[in-house]
Amino acid sequence: MSKQFKNPVLNWIEYRLPIFSFLDDSVGSGYPTPKNINYWWNFGSIAGFILVVMIASGIVLAMHYTAHVDYAFNSIERIMRDVNYGWLIRYIHMNGGSMFFIVVYIHLFRGMYYGSYKAPRELLWMIGVFILLAMMATAFMGYVLPWGQMSFWGATVITNLFSAIPIVGDSIVTLLWGGFSVDNPTLNRFFSLHYLLPFIIVGLVFIHLWALHEHKSNNPLGVDIKGEQDLIPFHPYFTSKDLYGLSAFMIFFMAIVFFAPNLFGEPDNYIPANPLATPPHIVPEWYFLPYYAILRAFTKDFFLYWPVAWLITAKLAGVIAMFASILLLLLMPWLDGSKVRSSKFRPIYAMAFWIFILDCLVLGYVGGKPAEGAFIVIGQIATAYYFAHLLVVIPLVSRLERPRPIPESISAAVLAARAPQAGE
Amino acid sequence: MTMINFKTPLAALAVLTMALTSSSAFSAGDTPKPPKHDWSFSNVFGTFDKAAAQRGFQVYKEVCSACHSMELLSYRHLSGIGFSEEEIKAIAATVDVTDGPNDEGEMFERPGTPADRFVSPFPNKKAAAASNNGKAPPDLSLMTKARFNGSDYVYALLTGYKDVAPAHIEVPEGGNYNAYFPGHIIAMAPPLSDDSVEYTDGTKATLAQHAEDVTTFLSWAAEPEMEARKSLGVKVLLFLLILTGMLYAVKREVWKDQH
Repeated sequence: MSKQFKNPVLNWIEYRLPIFSFLDDSVGSGYPTPKNINYWWNFGSIAGFILVVMIASGIVLAMHYTAHVDYAFNSIERIMRDVNYGWLIRYIHMNGGSMFFIVVYIHLFRGMYYGSYKAPRELLWMIGVFILLAMMATAFMGYVLPWGQMSFWGATVITNLFSAIPIVGDSIVTLLWGGFSVDNPTLNRFFSLHYLLPFIIVGLVFIHLWALHEHKSNNPLGVDIKGEQDLIPFHPYFTSKDLYGLSAFMIFFMAIVFFAPNLFGEPDNYIPANPLATPPHIVPEWYFLPYYAILRAFTKDFFLYWPVAWLITAKLAGVIAMFASILLLLLMPWLDGSKVRSSKFRPIYAMAFWIFILDCLVLGYVGGKPAEGAFIVIGQIATAYYFAHLLVVIPLVSRLERPRPIPESISAAVLAARAPQAGE
Repeated sequence: MTMINFKTPLAALAVLTMALTSSSAFSAGDTPKPPKHDWSFSNVFGTFDKAAAQRGFQVYKEVCSACHSMELLSYRHLSGIGFSEEEIKAIAATVDVTDGPNDEGEMFERPGTPADRFVSPFPNKKAAAASNNGKAPPDLSLMTKARFNGSDYVYALLTGYKDVAPAHIEVPEGGNYNAYFPGHIIAMAPPLSDDSVEYTDGTKATLAQHAEDVTTFLSWAAEPEMEARKSLGVKVLLFLLILTGMLYAVKREVWKDQH
């Protein structure tokens, strides 16, 4: 499959290392793509771009950062004040984390809506869930590095969760801390891992793309690719479309970086870490708020806790639920028994999908509020619904709902949609 | 919080997340939100009022710096609010800096230079706490970034002292009532009043003026990059708008045969 060029140098390289045909088959004219995918399919390439931005800006920041409890906070302020364009690089990196999660959450919900997790893309979806988990670990450890109040207390609260694990819990926490409290060894290992994990994400992304290329993108109709007539080459069609979408997204990203760089942050993190003064209200970054709400929902009187109350503490139940809320996504391809992928032909599932989105937003809202009064009850109801959606609603709806008739093929649907316009 | 009106669903989601982040904002019980103040640096094109920031530096130097450090600033940074090199040298020379050890192994005092950090009022945190009823006054370098509604809050706090506390609040010995401090009881005595500082530029030295000036100075100190950031931001966004428009045209052209 090697390509032929007029240029002898290119031919020489291609004969020995078929990199040009590899690129062409990956993101070029040699990679066929469903012709009907819409703008919600842009977010994968945007996420990939942000990963590169995060690694590039992070490497520069690491050149100026000092991973020591006495110097970390001030080294970041030195970046902000004295390093040339340090403020720009730091604000890009800081907000890039939020952007990454916005984009990846949209990407994930797009997959849910159009059934992209179904056969034969189960592994593609599952690798995506692992990418999300790796992102969360990276983001959490990155947030600790400035060694502000929220860094320190966030690290303390989250690492303490592992102490709920029976028998080995305390040992795990000691291992995470590198001692008996969140301290300098914690900061050092978090910095090391924060530098390592993004490259593991890069590896996972390659496997994600490998699986993607095997069966190509899903599409808004969710029907299988039937032949050449359903496909158009990635280049120039989707290179141009992805670049346009990326540029539009960059307007939003850069508007935040330049005009509201601390919008997603907590003011408390501009106070140096002080192990002796707890902030009045410890909150994680916004992208963790739904999980934080699930964690905190598990009190002694929460009805989901009752069945296991004889076995484990409420704290452990909360920790398990928090991890389960993400790990359960791995099972989506089997929880959903419907053969029809796209929600376009599954009105009841589509409705359930939007209620689920709303539920996630409610969880995020509650996660940012103090655990008191009505917020506890709302958080518990939303938590119960989160699991009900995955474990009850999806399996039942997918097996009971009668989907609308699906089109024969992508090209048939595209032609049918175009027909009335032709008659005008 | 300034809300921008977005059209795309992506931006709508972003606005939602903003709402989520700001919802985590409230923490301080019944403390009222500080009123919005119209700052020279508030809006997208806003810059620091340099004269106000310089007066604010004077207020800091003559009043605040008796208790509050600003460890993240060097005297050379003051060029950011319009002080000339000579003025900065003169300002730095007024302080004594402990340096050393010298070749004899002794610490020694010398006049400050522009490269020196602002000299702190206390040699260390413990000394600061010991002189202030056990609690060190916070460093002010990042104060307006380290509080919700930072600049508005600092201004409201400085002007929010009341001689007589509301009946339901008991003010303990060594405490002061402040309408905007979380919990209302603040250890810091009212730091500013009319004529706390004598301005050299003829500005009337009222409490409100002092508070406005020193808040402008502190806002600059917390975000000295703000003017550069905004001016570069306008260029970046204009560039991206044009680029996006052009890429849209390219996309339309490429897709012409598919529609």
